[in-house]
Amino acid sequence: MSEPQDTSPSPEGALGFFADRFALDESRLSAVLDTTFERQIDYADLYFEYSTQDSVVIEEGIVKSGSRHLEQGVGVRAICGERQGYAHSDEINPDSLALAAGTARSISQSSGAHAPVRVQSGAVSAHDLYPVALAPTDVPVADKIDLISQMDVYARAIDPRIKQVSASAITQHRTILVANSQGDLVGDVQPLVRLNIQVIVEDPKQGLREMGYQGMGGRYDFARLTEEDTWKQLVDEAARVALLNLDAEPCPAGSLDVVLGPGWPGILLHEAIGHGLEGDFNRKGTSAFSERMGQRVASPGVTVVDDGTLEGRRGSINVDDEGTPSRRNVLIEDGILVGYMTDRLNARLLGSEPSGNGRRESYADLPMPRMTNTFMLPGDDDPEDILRSVGTGLYAVSFGGGQVDITSGKFVFSVSEAYKIENGRIGAPVKGATLIGNGPDVLTRVSRIGNDLALDQGVGTCGKDGQSVPVGVGLPTIRLDAITVGGTEG
Amino acid sequence: MSEQSGAIEVKANDATAVVDEALRCATSEGADAADVVLVRGRSLEARVRDETVDFVKQAQEQILGIRALVAGESGMSSAVTSTSDLAPEAVRKMVRETVALARATEADPAAGLPDGGFAEEIPDLELLDRADENTTADARIEDARSAEQAARAYDPRISNSEGSQVGSDFSTVVYGNTAGFVGQYDSAAHSLFSEPIAGSGDNMQRDYWMTASRALAGLEPPAQVGRRAAERAIRRLDARRVPTTECPVIFESLQAAGLVRQIAGLVSGYAVYRESSFLGDKLGRQIAAPSVTIIDDGRLPGGLGSKPFDGEGLPTRRNTIVKQGRLETWLLDTYSGRKLGLPSTGNASRGAGSPPGVGSTNLWLEPGSETLDEIIGRTDRGLLVTELLGMGFNPVTGDYSRGAAGLWIENGEVVHAVEEITIAGHFGKMLEEIDAIGSELLWLGSVAAPPVRIASMTIAGD
Repeated sequence: MSEPQDTSPSPEGALGFFADRFALDESRLSAVLDTTFERQIDYADLYFEYSTQDSVVIEEGIVKSGSRHLEQGVGVRAICGERQGYAHSDEINPDSLALAAGTARSISQSSGAHAPVRVQSGAVSAHDLYPVALAPTDVPVADKIDLISQMDVYARAIDPRIKQVSASAITQHRTILVANSQGDLVGDVQPLVRLNIQVIVEDPKQGLREMGYQGMGGRYDFARLTEEDTWKQLVDEAARVALLNLDAEPCPAGSLDVVLGPGWPGILLHEAIGHGLEGDFNRKGTSAFSERMGQRVASPGVTVVDDGTLEGRRGSINVDDEGTPSRRNVLIEDGILVGYMTDRLNARLLGSEPSGNGRRESYADLPMPRMTNTFMLPGDDDPEDILRSVGTGLYAVSFGGGQVDITSGKFVFSVSEAYKIENGRIGAPVKGATLIGNGPDVLTRVSRIGNDLALDQGVGTCGKDGQSVPVGVGLPTIRLDAITVGGTEG
Repeated sequence: MSEQSGAIEVKANDATAVVDEALRCATSEGADAADVVLVRGRSLEARVRDETVDFVKQAQEQILGIRALVAGESGMSSAVTSTSDLAPEAVRKMVRETVALARATEADPAAGLPDGGFAEEIPDLELLDRADENTTADARIEDARSAEQAARAYDPRISNSEGSQVGSDFSTVVYGNTAGFVGQYDSAAHSLFSEPIAGSGDNMQRDYWMTASRALAGLEPPAQVGRRAAERAIRRLDARRVPTTECPVIFESLQAAGLVRQIAGLVSGYAVYRESSFLGDKLGRQIAAPSVTIIDDGRLPGGLGSKPFDGEGLPTRRNTIVKQGRLETWLLDTYSGRKLGLPSTGNASRGAGSPPGVGSTNLWLEPGSETLDEIIGRTDRGLLVTELLGMGFNPVTGDYSRGAAGLWIENGEVVHAVEEITIAGHFGKMLEEIDAIGSELLWLGSVAAPPVRIASMTIAGD
C-alpha cells in the first residue's frame, strides 16, 4: 500500500539513503563533529535513524485495524572522561544538527583544540547477516492480512473450547548511520518481522479460562512466516499450551530440582548472568559480578556466549549502534568468567576493546552495553537421561518474562508450561509460577547439560533503563539442583 | 554549563494548524471520519553519580498520530499511523497511506469517533507552572548532586550508587477530530530519582527513592530524597531467606500501588470484552474486602495523571471503580464501551504513536486509619514487601507469583531483611483477604496507594 523506501536492503544502502534523503555527505558530517570539538572532549558521534514499523491485528475474526509508524531523527553525543552530553532531534537538517552539536558539547566547560575530523566510509568492515529480497515493510498489507486471517480460521477450528483468538503480524525496517570522531562512517539496514498468536480457552463445565501465546520472528523475509507448516505449528502450540493449562494443578512451593527444556528457557542466562556481565555495571562496581573476572561462576562444562553474528536472528546486528561490528563474545568458559559485554565508553574505561554490544532503542537514547543472542553451548547428556536423573522435581519447558536486580544478583523468571517430575518421569502439568535464584550462584547448580541446544523462536525484547532492544536466547536441556519455585502448594 | 540552558526552544505555536490541515487532508482523501493528535515537547534528563555528571540529555520532539475511519456496510474500518516528519508533503503522504490502510482492513460495527459529548471547556488543572519553563540544566543538575551527596553521606555503609537522576519534560498536546472538536493543553512533569548501594561483595543491596510533580516547587527536597533512598538500601543489608510458609504479607505503599495498577488492567473494557480478565463477570459484585475503595479521577489539580480531556476529546471525570469492595464500573473508551453496551467513562488514552486504548488517569486506593508501624505492630509473624521482581501475574486466571524482597516481622517487630523468596496466591483471594489498609497515601506517579496487608499468602524459600 505504500511506496517502497528508496533504500536497498543491504548495509551499504544506508549511506546512500541518508545522503539522498537528507543531503548528508562526508564533509557535512565531519563539519558537525568538528563543531563538538570546539570544546575539550574525548570523542563524539552522530547517530541517524529512519525507521518504519507496521502491524495488522485480527481479533474476534475481524481485521480491525492496521498501523504504520515512521520515526526519524538524529542524536549527537560528546564524551568527556566519564561524562556524556547528548542532544537529539527529530529534524535532520543543518540547523538542528548544529544546535544538537552545540548542546551535546556543553558537557565540557573548557575550549579544546582537535585535528579536523575526516569521516570516511569503508573503514569498518561489517557483516551482512540479514539480506532480504524485499523490505518487510514493503510486503503488501493484503499479504499480511491474508496470513493472520488464515491463522484465525485455523485456530478456531482446533477445539470447541477455544473462545478468543487474536493474531498479529508486525514488520519493521530500520536504517541507521553512525559517524564518529575516529573517522568511522558506517550504516546498517535492519529488517525485523514478527508473528504472534494468542488464544483464550474455556472449560465449559467449570467455567475456567486459560491463555496460550506463541510468537516467532527474526531478521528475515516476511515470506518465511507465510509457509503453511510454520504458522500452523505456531497456532497449534498456542492452543496446546492453553488447553494443557486448563488441567494444570497448583505448582509446588519451595526448593526443588528443576530441569529446564531447550530454547526459550535460556532466558535464565539472560537474567541470571547476562545483565550482570554488562560492562557499565562492572565498570561502576554495582554488579554482583564485579571483581569476579577469572573466577568460577558456573559448573565445569558450562560455556555461555553472546553472539550477535548469527544469520537472521532477532538479536543479531551487523554493527552495533556505535558502528562497531558485532562479535561472538565468550562470557563464561568451562565455568570461569572470562568476558564482559561493552560499548565504547565502558570498554575504554575498563581498558578493553568494544565488544560490539553498544546498542540503543532509537536515536533518542544513549547507547549502553546490551546483549544480542545469549546462549549456553551444548553438553553430552541425553535429555531423557537428565529427566530420569531427577527423583522429584519440576520440568519447565516454557517461560514468560524475567527480571534481575543486578546489585544483589537475585533474578526471577516465570514459567508458563511446566510439569511435575515424579520418579524420573514427566507427571501432571502445573500452573505457572515464578522461579527465583541468585545469579552468581545459580550456574554452579548446573549438574547436567544436554546435547540439544536450541535457540528461541525470535520473540525476546530486553528492557534496561527504559530502552527496549530485540534479543535472542538459547539453552540445551539442563538440570539445576535446588532452585526456589514460587508455587502455592506447601 | 550556561550553553545548555534554553538552547532548545519550543517552536512557535502553529500546532493547531498542523492538526487542522491533517484533518482536512484526511477528508479530501476519502476518510469518513478521522482524528489527529499532535504531541510536541522538549525534555531534559541528567544523572550525577558520586562527584561526576554522568550524562546530560536534551531534546525537542514532535510526533503526529493519525487515525482514519472509512465507512463500510457493517461498520467502519480504521487505520492508525504516526510520523515524526511534519513537513507538509510528509504529512499528506502519511494521511494518504492511513486512508489506504483503513480501506484494506475490515468493517467493525463498534469502530468510530464518540457520538458527541466532547469537552466543552478546558479547565486549568495546574499541569504546568510557567515559572518552571525558565529552569536551567544547571539548576536541575544541582538537585541531582544534592540528592547524590545526601545519599552517599547518609551512612558509611553506603558504598556506591547507580546515581541520582533528574528529568524535566514540557509538552503540548493537541487533539482534533472531524466531529468538530479541537482541544489543546500544556503540561510539565519533573522528577528526581536516587539509587544508592549499601554494603559490598556478596552483601550488596540497592534501593531507590523518588519524587515527581507537575511543578518544581512540588518536588520533595533533593537531600531528603537521597537520605530516604540510602535508608532503604541500608535496611536491606544482611538479607536472608526464610523457610517456605504461609503468613500475612504487607505491601508497602510503593508495592501496593502495583496491586492497584493491576486492578485497573483487570477492569479495562478491552480486557473484559476480550475475556482476558478473571474479573470479567464480576461487575456489581463484591470483589474485595469492604475496606477497599478505589477511585480514578482525571481532574485532580496538579495530578500526574490529570488531563482536561481524554484521548478522544471527551471530558475526564471521577469514577469510583471499587466502592467498599464492590466493583462499580469498568474503565472504558468509546470502542470498548460499545463492545459492552456502555458509555465511555472518559478513560481513552492516546499516544501519538499508538491507537486509542483505555488508561487510568489519577488512580488510588482510599487510605484507612492505621499507620504502617501500627500494622506491623499487630502482625505476629509475616513479611513486609519492599520490592517485587518479575511479571508473574496471569490476568486470565488471577494466578499471582512474584519474586520478593523485604523485611521479616516477628512479634510485631522487624527482625531482619529477606531476599530470594517468592510470594504467591490468587489475586481475587488476595483482594478479599485485605485485612489492613494504612493511612499514608503516597503519590510517586499517577497511581497511589497506602500500605496494604493481605491475611495470608504462600512464601517459597528454603
